[in-house]
Amino acid sequence: MATTTVPVSSAPRAVLPAARGRAGFGGAVRSELTKIRSVRSTWWSLIALVVITIGIGALFCFGHLQNFSQAPADVQAHMRAQSIRQATEMSLFGLILGQLVIAVLGALTITSEYSTGMIRTSLTVLPRRGVTFAAKAVVFTAVALVVGLVTSFASYFVGQAILSGQHINSTIGQPGVLRAVIGGGLFLAVCGLLSYGLGAVLRHTAGAITAAIGLLFVAYVLSGFLPSSWAEHIDKWIPFNAGGAVWENVSGASMFHPWTGFAVFCGYAAVALIAGLILFRRRDA
Amino acid sequence: MIEARGLSKRYGGTLAVDNLSFSVEPGKITGFLGPNGAGKTTTMRLILGLDHPTSGSVTVNGQPFARLAHPMREVGALLDAKAVHGGRSAYNHLLCLAETNNLPRRRVSEVLALVGLSEVAGKRSKGFSLGMGQRLGIAAALLGDPAILMFDEPVNGLDPEGILWIRNLMKALAAEGRTIFVSSHLMSEMEHTADHLLVIGRGRLISDCTVPEFIAANSAQSVRVRTPQPDALGRLVAAAGGTAHEDGDGLTTVRGLSVSQVGDLAFENAVRLHELAPAQASLEQAFMELTASSVQFHAGVPQERDLEPATAGEVA
Repeated sequence: MATTTVPVSSAPRAVLPAARGRAGFGGAVRSELTKIRSVRSTWWSLIALVVITIGIGALFCFGHLQNFSQAPADVQAHMRAQSIRQATEMSLFGLILGQLVIAVLGALTITSEYSTGMIRTSLTVLPRRGVTFAAKAVVFTAVALVVGLVTSFASYFVGQAILSGQHINSTIGQPGVLRAVIGGGLFLAVCGLLSYGLGAVLRHTAGAITAAIGLLFVAYVLSGFLPSSWAEHIDKWIPFNAGGAVWENVSGASMFHPWTGFAVFCGYAAVALIAGLILFRRRDA
Repeated sequence: MIEARGLSKRYGGTLAVDNLSFSVEPGKITGFLGPNGAGKTTTMRLILGLDHPTSGSVTVNGQPFARLAHPMREVGALLDAKAVHGGRSAYNHLLCLAETNNLPRRRVSEVLALVGLSEVAGKRSKGFSLGMGQRLGIAAALLGDPAILMFDEPVNGLDPEGILWIRNLMKALAAEGRTIFVSSHLMSEMEHTADHLLVIGRGRLISDCTVPEFIAANSAQSVRVRTPQPDALGRLVAAAGGTAHEDGDGLTTVRGLSVSQVGDLAFENAVRLHELAPAQASLEQAFMELTASSVQFHAGVPQERDLEPATAGEVA
């Protein structure tokens, strides 16, 4: 075909190194890393996560500081007595909105492939669906863990810096504080994974985000309206309460212990992920 | 080598692919023809494992597609050029595909150069024209330097320059000994490019043969006549058992009689002829005749998967 004008005709054959092994998990992970870093929505949502979470925590701490300054001496004494717990909780309070932002990113990790049609291309180059699903989950988890932990620690230290104005801050070495701050980061990652699982089930960005917000946020708000005799038994099972136990935003005899609550929360995410995986493998793409 | 055996796919109440058995032979361009909604796209999706067959099976080089060690090295497919994340640059799009099959990074630049997209490698693909999008899809298909290439309606919506580019590309790829499986509802396109034809209608295989065989077997003989006396000729032809159709401009197409029969008839009855020639049936006509029944029969029955032109939201 020397007469053709198409450049491909002059391309050398044997252009690739010999194949070794099988296309599998390693390549899939590298691919998903490229995917997640190469779209703007990832960066915007991560920036939003950091800014919103730290900002709201700082705002709460600042408000608390003002209240403290204006409080009578006996109230101040009471507040000071609770300072470790309150100071930690308050600085991490931004997580309540941060969870929604990470849920958006978790859902987008998979639903953007459906909304753009990319999923058909992805599954054509790597038709082993379980591998693709796991690689996405692993890469998302890694990103969410790193950013979640950074966000949680930054929120904590920014908040404490504000509270230290009246010496009502906690320190990282005090009992339970480090666990709460690490727990905040873990909580964010698991929120995102829950949403990723929902995204795989629903295959629709808006639907998945709505479902995630419903589970994480609306269920929590609604639980406040339950009659107290019910609340005692149901409250701790609400996803946000179970997951929140680890960063100390909830407390009381009716709630789970921190790590128990977190385990329950992981259980919810696991249900969503397993349902997502089963459907991802079974359904036509 | 692609082999389908008893392949069927049902979507709800619609049988989109109905007991298809065929093989796509290596080293040839096989045209996959059928009217819109015939099941071409669905068949290709079944080959790639995007859809699971309701019954039957299909293998690529003897294995189900999903079991191939390095799918991209064996099959390159372009089903829908819009199946990309428009927010990702052309380079990163190809890179994330290449990485799944452990292909070297340099290969991405190579295929971009091959399809003429090097200059826009860093641009997000949502700004690409239809032709550029198609080139990006072809670049993706070529990444693994595969021996089998599958294209679904590759010229749909392209301008003449783009159509010519695709046509030459397919010929060049075939000349390198690759197997090409290309679908189209444009018969004229296949006439120029395909060696072998698979024709389907309503999900069923109608014909599996070479291009000349297809035309010979499926088009009735016709004779082209130019005459100033079309009415007189029409009566004579009808009396002799043929049919005459006035195409206007003094041209009449006669079917059911040979060229010599028409010439003799005119001579014996003193009808003037200004032109008399056998009409070469085109693939288009042959196809129309062959699929007419299947098209008419399913008119009004919507086929979800195969509506053209394909839209981005086609398979949500």
